[in-house]
Amino acid sequence: MDNKFHTNLIVSSSPHIVTESDTTRLMGTVLLALAPAWIASIYIFGIRALLLSVVCVAASVLFEYVYNAITHKKQTVGDLSAALTGLLIAFNVPANFPFWQAILGCLFAIVVVKQLFGGIGKNFSNPAITARIFLFISFSANMSTWPVTRLAGATDATTGPTPLATYAELRDAGNLDFSQLPSLSQLLLGFHGGSTGEVCAIALIIGGVYLIVRKVISPVIPCAFIGTVFVLGCIMTGSLYGGLFHALTGGVLLGAFFMATDYVTSPKLPLGQLIFGIGCGIVTMCIRQYGSYPEGVSFSILLMNLCTPLLNNLSYKFYLKEGGARNGK
Amino acid sequence: MSQRKHLPSIHVPHHKNTAASETVTMPVPDEVSISMSQNIGAPCQPLVEKGDYVKVGQRIGDVDAFVSAPIFSSVSGTVKSIDQVRGSMGGFETHIVIETDKKQEISEEVKIPEINSLEDFIKAARDSGMVGLGGASFPTHIKLNPKNLDECEYLVVNAAECEPFITTDNREMVENGQDVLDGMRLIMTWLDLKKGYIGVETNKPDAIANLKRLIEQNEIRDIEIVPLPSSYPKGAERVLIYETVGKVMDAGVLPAQLGVILDNVSTIGVMAEYFKTGMPIVRRRVTIDGDAVAEPKNVYVPIGTRIADVVEFCGGYKTEPRKIIMGGPMMGRATKSDESPTMKNTSAILCFSQEKAEVKEETACLNCQRCHTACPFGLMPSIFADAYEKKDIDTLNRFNVMQCMECGSCSYTCPARRPLAMSNKLAKMMVKEASN
Repeated sequence: MDNKFHTNLIVSSSPHIVTESDTTRLMGTVLLALAPAWIASIYIFGIRALLLSVVCVAASVLFEYVYNAITHKKQTVGDLSAALTGLLIAFNVPANFPFWQAILGCLFAIVVVKQLFGGIGKNFSNPAITARIFLFISFSANMSTWPVTRLAGATDATTGPTPLATYAELRDAGNLDFSQLPSLSQLLLGFHGGSTGEVCAIALIIGGVYLIVRKVISPVIPCAFIGTVFVLGCIMTGSLYGGLFHALTGGVLLGAFFMATDYVTSPKLPLGQLIFGIGCGIVTMCIRQYGSYPEGVSFSILLMNLCTPLLNNLSYKFYLKEGGARNGK
Repeated sequence: MSQRKHLPSIHVPHHKNTAASETVTMPVPDEVSISMSQNIGAPCQPLVEKGDYVKVGQRIGDVDAFVSAPIFSSVSGTVKSIDQVRGSMGGFETHIVIETDKKQEISEEVKIPEINSLEDFIKAARDSGMVGLGGASFPTHIKLNPKNLDECEYLVVNAAECEPFITTDNREMVENGQDVLDGMRLIMTWLDLKKGYIGVETNKPDAIANLKRLIEQNEIRDIEIVPLPSSYPKGAERVLIYETVGKVMDAGVLPAQLGVILDNVSTIGVMAEYFKTGMPIVRRRVTIDGDAVAEPKNVYVPIGTRIADVVEFCGGYKTEPRKIIMGGPMMGRATKSDESPTMKNTSAILCFSQEKAEVKEETACLNCQRCHTACPFGLMPSIFADAYEKKDIDTLNRFNVMQCMECGSCSYTCPARRPLAMSNKLAKMMVKEASN
């Protein structure tokens, strides 16, 4: 009688099915969304951009692998989050950045920012953005020497200023002459100096919209961030071009779509995300307009990362005041 | 019916493989094991003893408690033993094991009920043995007998069948559409309800077409079909009431308190059959599916038939079964053995191979809040899970863990494979214990 039945079945709590979309797929989707910007960076800065991204991805994955192996933790390189961090670091430095310094940045991002705090899901700030600031402070000369793009036209120079640096000079000289800044089409296509992955605005927008359409990220943070930069840009420069200039240059698009939206380090609820995005925009524009650095995206995201627990608590209060559970209300 | 905003829901693959499979009646097995715990509330006491001869439709279990429903023999034969068996809920249940003689003699107790008053109607509903056939197994006669009957206006019929795989409600509407409408008419007449709604997901076009045809044919004006988006969990009581009559229902509230009588479509159809024939619930339609079953189909199964016997009728196992679910994959229960018998609320038997049965390994929470956006009520399961770990009852209460209906949407959508629905259930138990 007993052998007639299967009595050793798996018993687990419902539900018994789960979505195909796991952490690896999510990270893979973000990598895919970065592909247009990656291809654009190779086109604009040449083979050096490709090598830089390969080095950063390989270094980040290796550091994560070695750290997990040494500390006997479960191997997490398969979830692609380390690869994503590596690619974002490559995107956040100039294309001619020394490899060894970039590798040091990866070490800092993966080991110090991510793993020492408990690995994926536990870090309080975005590893790539923190690594950018680390590199900026450690190697400020290399971090602010921008190779000219292949498309910049005939010139003997190998390095040149970013549009934001030009903007800061003009502003300090008290002569904000927009004709010396790149045109909107140049900004969209990325024919200007800047970090490897941040220059081609159109590619970043394609990637960002793809992530929103695929529901990988919520549109709240990018819209609030970019919108705030645009509005403040219009006000500070007194022109529509100025607003668009600020929204399309520097790290705004890369930061708003791909780094400020990092689940782990941004608020959980839409209200918190809205304040987070607006805060990023305000800090960015304050640094750009009044600070000694021409660019402020990375500082703004790091600062707002630190505010995330506060914003969570604030938004919980409103959430619970509304009854906590929506239930159609 | 004005179009209003839908509650959040998730897209789960439908797998309605058996939607077109006409229900076949399986032969009576050699032995059935009829549980005395087939409804929410008090379990029944056996009314027969070892060695007794029982017939089809004979009352073999009942209890004098408010929340209860009698249990009837599904076969004719001899009571072989009365056992204490570990049930799917963890506790012990009494099972009456009957060796069948395959004659299927009908009991003298089976006769068409006479209804002259509301009391007769409610009594007949209890005598039919009906419980919610969708899975909750709440005794039907209690649902039909609310304290505030004069405030009740609507009958909402749950035909959403949002669980993947299961097609029994669909087949009820296709094969027994007239019974469904007759059952609704009975309830609406005796309870004096002014309007009936049938909430059906749009992935059941055959069912909708058949009901529409019958409604037109019979010139019914007070019953309306409400097409629902085919997304999970549209068949949850609180979601369905919101989608049909637009009323917000909190946990712990009965539909009747909102003026709604709500029942599952198969429950109503099968009860209507009882009013026509006098045969109480002794069999039910079960969807047998899953990648480990040779021939998935819909089968009329005598209640108490062991899973192994049902699967054998469906061509046996194609591969070694590693997980067998009674009910749907989102809210059904995994059983430890295919020796378990079917019950009144067994809407499906789903058998899965090792590949599909494996519980995916949990990884770290990414804070993506997919669990929160998937929740029909906008709860925050990731907060519940953390608070449960810390035994933080205060946070669980503040974030309304008791509103959770355990639909499983959070676990389904979690990219980190966290068993959030399970931690919700455990957290709810912890809160209940703390408040006692």
